Amino acid sequence: MAEIKIKNVAKRFGSYQALRSIDLTIADQEFMVLLGASGCGKTTLLRIVAGLDAPTEGEVWIGDRRVDHLPPRDRGIAMVFQNYAVFPHLTVFDNIGFGLRMHKLPNEEVARRVERTASLMHIDQLLQRYSGELSGGQRQRVAVARALAMEPDVILMDEPLSNLDALLRLEMRAELKGVLAESKTTAIYVTHDQVEAMSLADRISVMNGGLIVQAATPVEVYRNPAERFVASFIGNPPMNFLPAQNEGEGKWRVAGHSVDGPNAGGDELVFAIRPEDMHPSATGIQATAKVVEPLGPHLLVTCDIEGAMFRAVLDSDMSIRAGEAITLAPQAGRIRWFDPQTSRAVA
Amino acid sequence: MSAVVADTPRTDAVRSGRVLYVASVVLLCAWVIVPLYFLLVNTLSSPEAVTSFPKSFIPAFNLGSLEFFMNFQGMLAALKNSVLVATLTMILSILIGAPAGYALSRFDFAGKELFRLLVLLTRAFPLPLLALPIAVMFINVGLDDTVFGLALVHTTLAVPFAVLITFSLFSGIPTELEEAAWTLGCTRLTAFTKVVLPLILPGITASAIFAFVISWNEVFAAAVLTIENRTLTAFLLQSLAESPLYLKFAGGFILVVPALIFIFAVRKYLFAMWGIANR
Amino acid sequence: MHARMLPYLLILPVTLFLCVFFLYPFVLVSQQAFTTGGGFTLDNFREVIGYWKFPISLSNTLLLAAIVVPVQLALSLLMATMVSRMEKGRDLILYIWTIPLGISDLAAGIIWLAIFEQSGFLNSMLYGVGAIETPINFLSYQNPAIVFLAIALAEIWRATAIMLVILVAGIGLIPKEYYEAAEVFGASPWQRFRRITLPLLRPSLQTALILRVILAFEVFAVVAALGGTLFPVLMGETYAYQFDLLNSGAAAAMALIILALSIASTLVILRVLRIPKGARI
Repeated sequence: MAEIKIKNVAKRFGSYQALRSIDLTIADQEFMVLLGASGCGKTTLLRIVAGLDAPTEGEVWIGDRRVDHLPPRDRGIAMVFQNYAVFPHLTVFDNIGFGLRMHKLPNEEVARRVERTASLMHIDQLLQRYSGELSGGQRQRVAVARALAMEPDVILMDEPLSNLDALLRLEMRAELKGVLAESKTTAIYVTHDQVEAMSLADRISVMNGGLIVQAATPVEVYRNPAERFVASFIGNPPMNFLPAQNEGEGKWRVAGHSVDGPNAGGDELVFAIRPEDMHPSATGIQATAKVVEPLGPHLLVTCDIEGAMFRAVLDSDMSIRAGEAITLAPQAGRIRWFDPQTSRAVA
Repeated sequence: MSAVVADTPRTDAVRSGRVLYVASVVLLCAWVIVPLYFLLVNTLSSPEAVTSFPKSFIPAFNLGSLEFFMNFQGMLAALKNSVLVATLTMILSILIGAPAGYALSRFDFAGKELFRLLVLLTRAFPLPLLALPIAVMFINVGLDDTVFGLALVHTTLAVPFAVLITFSLFSGIPTELEEAAWTLGCTRLTAFTKVVLPLILPGITASAIFAFVISWNEVFAAAVLTIENRTLTAFLLQSLAESPLYLKFAGGFILVVPALIFIFAVRKYLFAMWGIANR
Repeated sequence: MHARMLPYLLILPVTLFLCVFFLYPFVLVSQQAFTTGGGFTLDNFREVIGYWKFPISLSNTLLLAAIVVPVQLALSLLMATMVSRMEKGRDLILYIWTIPLGISDLAAGIIWLAIFEQSGFLNSMLYGVGAIETPINFLSYQNPAIVFLAIALAEIWRATAIMLVILVAGIGLIPKEYYEAAEVFGASPWQRFRRITLPLLRPSLQTALILRVILAFEVFAVVAALGGTLFPVLMGETYAYQFDLLNSGAAAAMALIILALSIASTLVILRVLRIPKGARI
């Protein structure tokens, strides 16, 4: 049982506030991804859980133990580092067995666990090699095997795939997901890659400016972003935004077109929709195509709507050329609304 | 642009430039090696041959000069003292300097810049001069004319290098390796001994050798601080006026040989160490 | 709390050591220089400056530095650029060129003594080609220019390597792309050296020059081995005050004069080769 509770954690480096106030509970065996742009505090939060950095304020609990005052070795965690941190002076075998030896496990047990995790990560042929003789992908496997061999309550991963090339990343991603699901450990995974986050996570915590903006399942984060920041950060291309004026009785005027929206007060809201949820239609929002990019399965059309940039992902059968006018209608049920002042989502 | 037009004259120019280049490299190598060769010729000649004229340009492989040197009153003791002082200097400067190098590479702390300044300041000073007041200091505490006392002064010369060199060595070891060791069950100390130390050991050896050479070669402080327990350099300096030529040459040879071997041993590190230590 | 104290614990030994063997002796030597048994006085300085040998030893030291350092700078720059373009045998050539780095000034003096002494190799060579009948005593008071030349050559031979190493390391830090870019824009090799290597090498040039100039003011053992008393220099006079004349006050005053020269030249070099903020690599 290793639930992680992060209570009111804040971190300052001198005058720089890296984390403001983080409250997050990660369930036992949950795969939690911390997602955000660089400098958002995600790595700092991970390092605080690991015990590599001390929080300025707040508490960290793993299972039923408060750990924020403990050194990393006493926290029951294992970590995979961005640049792998495979010890260059040790063989693969000794790398994987390093932590087990430090915990004074008997030699047979060390050998047993090293062999098991090595075959799990498909590196059992490389046990006698040194890290200088390994490729990046192989080093990555050693780093993961080394963490798994510890049979930790919690496994922490700091952008573990970011140094691999695209194809290898795809392969490792799937493998990692399978191995971790099987190991039944709680995992925290830091990344700036939203596709990686989507594909791996049970839940994603989107971070911005030292705060967790939204912690929810991948689909929820994608479909119902809690803040305009999340909407513009997740999705490639991201959500479109257009100003909307209240026409009363749940009707909102968006670029000259009337759209059903929340029956709320206030004069202004922000209308938001994903590019793939706009479809050509007889009536709707008038747009002028500026750039047309055929992407194979789709057509990415960048248009101008009343001076604002707007992207639509259309079927590749469509024939449209730059400069042509086009009428687009939003798919009902996919429209989201944000408060222009607070940037929070409006139900 | 002009490559087609100037085709033939250019290859000629390139070729003669190439010849000039190789010739200069060879000349500069000779400039370094030939004087050393002359010293070798003198050392391997009999005392009579050294003082005779004109001199042969090939060594006679006569060990007379070296024998005379070894049997010269006090020379062996001086040689022993030199080795002792240099060894002590080497150990002291690494023991004292390496922790500071580690602190500089791994921690941000108030006063770090001030400390760096103190270390760098020593470089702008003609340090051997400080042997003068230290001589008085040593008389008061009974360290005068001792191997240990001189080693302390030589450590002052070597320790700034040790700090800066180990700083660059430690900085070359990614922090993640240490952090990984911590998460795998190491304390700060065991992470250091099991991960960092094995990785920087060759570099540490190189900087230790460097400290050895600094001490081995130092003349002024050694001459000021030792009277009975002279080091080789101090002994040779003292006897420059009265000792015969062949003694000087043999002594010079004995001074040069270990330094040559050591520079050879650390040649891989020379540029990394000096390049960074001198920035 | 413990982790907060660790860095201080680690720098404590060096700090203590430098306080005892660097800062404290420096205070002592200053004290000694400015007192003669009684209170504050400039007598020691008056004495050493008034001594007839002082102007000679000062001008000898400065002249030697003024001749030797520029030659070494040019030579080491030449060697460093040659090495940077070398493909084969780079390591061997560099090792040979840096050999003098490990050789003490005393040994260097003795090595050049083997060449310049009366029965030495220079005389043997001149005799061999028939230029002279009998060996000439080069290192005597009759040939001050040759004594100076021998000392200068020994210094250049010995201490060019230290500048070379610093400059080679410095050139190694200059990204190749700059040269390629300059070549694309049509710069000749000489222009690339003038416009790229030299300006970007300024930090290394600074340290190399400072180190070398300070060492040049400390020249002592080379002179002792080659010139004996024929060529008085500041450091040698300091040594003489301490041991032959047993006047440690005067020796301290000399030490401070050398120190002042070192600091002044360091400041001049820093000023002349100053690097605009943000113009470092």
